[in-house]
Amino acid sequence: MDITTDTQKPAPSRTPQPPAAGNKRAGRGVTRPGDRIFVGLSRGSGILVLVIMAAIAAFLTYRAVLAIGEDEANFFTSFEWNPTGSPPEFGIAVLAYGTVVSSVIAMAIAVPISVGIALFITHYAPRKLGGLIGYVIDLLAAVPSIVYGLWGALVLVPHLNGLYGWLDEYLGWTGIFEWNGGAGRSLLTVGILLAIMILPIITNVSREVFRQVPRMHEEAALALGATRWEVIRMSVLPFGRSGVISASMLGLGRALGETMAVAMVLSPTFDITPSLLDPGGGTFAQNIASKFNEATQMGRDALIASGLVLFVITLLVNGGARMIIARRKEYSGANA
Amino acid sequence: MSNATLTPAPKNRSSLRAATLPKWFPWAVAAGSVLLGLGISAAAGLNSSIQWALIAAVLFVAGSYGISARVEGGRQAKDRVATSMVWVAFLLALIPLLSLIWETVKQGVKVLDGYFLTHSMGVVGDSEPGGGIYHAILGTLEQVGLATLFSVPVGVLTAIYLVEYGRGRLAKAVTFFVDVMTGIPSIVAGLFVLSLWVLILDMGPSGVAGSFALCILMIPVVVRSTEEMLKLVPNELREASLALGVPKWRTILKVVLPTSIGGIVTGVMLAVARITGETAPVLLLVWGTDFINANPFQDPQESLPMYIYLQYGAGSDAAYDRAWAAALTLIAFIMILNLAARGIARWKAPKTGR
Repeated sequence: MDITTDTQKPAPSRTPQPPAAGNKRAGRGVTRPGDRIFVGLSRGSGILVLVIMAAIAAFLTYRAVLAIGEDEANFFTSFEWNPTGSPPEFGIAVLAYGTVVSSVIAMAIAVPISVGIALFITHYAPRKLGGLIGYVIDLLAAVPSIVYGLWGALVLVPHLNGLYGWLDEYLGWTGIFEWNGGAGRSLLTVGILLAIMILPIITNVSREVFRQVPRMHEEAALALGATRWEVIRMSVLPFGRSGVISASMLGLGRALGETMAVAMVLSPTFDITPSLLDPGGGTFAQNIASKFNEATQMGRDALIASGLVLFVITLLVNGGARMIIARRKEYSGANA
Repeated sequence: MSNATLTPAPKNRSSLRAATLPKWFPWAVAAGSVLLGLGISAAAGLNSSIQWALIAAVLFVAGSYGISARVEGGRQAKDRVATSMVWVAFLLALIPLLSLIWETVKQGVKVLDGYFLTHSMGVVGDSEPGGGIYHAILGTLEQVGLATLFSVPVGVLTAIYLVEYGRGRLAKAVTFFVDVMTGIPSIVAGLFVLSLWVLILDMGPSGVAGSFALCILMIPVVVRSTEEMLKLVPNELREASLALGVPKWRTILKVVLPTSIGGIVTGVMLAVARITGETAPVLLLVWGTDFINANPFQDPQESLPMYIYLQYGAGSDAAYDRAWAAALTLIAFIMILNLAARGIARWKAPKTGR
């Protein structure tokens, strides 16, 4: 981030050149065709990116409006998913619930652990070990979600039985942790798997932020006699807070949109049960992947409508994360 | 640490240094709590390894806090608890990640051999052993290749625009939306191409439709990494070239890009590694097949992640073995790409002294 601000600062001094070549400096006023083509190409690519984003929103909205127009049930509150019936009835209440619950579980598990690992790498581990772990985490971030899904369905699910039995025995009275003893293909399992999947991203970004903590802050705290934990609490965490928040939001964005792993692990039903341990529920992305094969034209449009909701949610989450990062840049620029 | 001692604080009053516990203290507490944890488990008749590990961990944290609070004071004790918490976080995260790699390798090597890599699933039933992933590898290479072909020029040119020309509203909007695009779920990218390509233009499933969706996922990654690399190119190089009267576009092509080419290639390879594992767009747009289809412009194709999904769905032991073997192949491919990318990054890093 240092480098970015460093190179962006001189940019204004460089920038007056192209327009000057275009209109003002009459003495040299040759606009080379090569330049014009190149500017056109590169600006065109930039515009293409915007066009793609606009097109995504436009086409999804178009199909979604078609579908919702046919929908006889309330799209936001209905517990049905029967777009091919007559009359077609479908709603996203169950999907919204499942998506939010599984993502919240994932965040609750992943964020503290990721921050812990990031601190471990930057402040606790011996330097060489820290580098190695950072490297391994980088590679784990590259493991495709389908492999996490396969592992989750065939390895994680059977291994969670012990934990679920324990939760049921001691916390079953809450209703949330009731378990009927079946395979744990439930929202909690999905949450745990998502936590494992977003761990590398949150760790990576947090680690980068913790690395940038000004050495002087830490040394000042140490010189005052602070313990290592006090250094972290007083100088590292306050500096890195917004970075950790945006890292978490990036992780949340991935958890919300995760498709295949959820589709492989969850055994979906279209209702909301209080228990997190019993199979049931669904998420936006999982529902699209699971229902797509049997969907007709109308069914696909209904799925696109639910996809549009997912798109808007992830847009808001990611946009929010980026805003926080962008605002922070100005902050640190002012301080540095 | 020379005056480290276990004796309580009063004896040390004369020294300027507060009492500290010796270096071996955590290890001693760790050994003690493991033994105690085992003892309690044996006494209570618990046989799950997770349970005694948990008991030992709790004993360790409580024990070190208690003793340290007594000898060193509350602040040091808190520090020790924080240290153990950070270690616990690290070890806790290690378990699933190691298990993932271990299981994939262990299960994957069962059926992974030359035959597996060179045959398709054409005449093999779901529950029969045999068959292979040739058709999936072919499909993956073609779809990812096409996606790379489309998105690299767009991505690199966009990055050039942002770094070399961009200013004002348009550049800001592009930067913001590239960032937002990074977070688009792959299934949404798939749905977009579905709504445009299949539902409106009425095209059937094909590899190229999948590539379009992969492009949407790949372009922002390429733009971001290329942008970072172009920003690393020292301004003096550009200025020197411009001062010699070289047109700006030639400066970019002959000076800026060659300087940063290593980083750009690395970014592209990481982007390729990312989209190679995408399943959702392939599921929606390419559909998957058991037969070899070398034509990405017509009819369903297979891809490696799709193959894993279909074999998992088939649900027999033989199919699970094939799914694991394909997963191992996919991970190996992605890891090799990652390692190669990092190698290139190190080898071709822009030399600031140049």
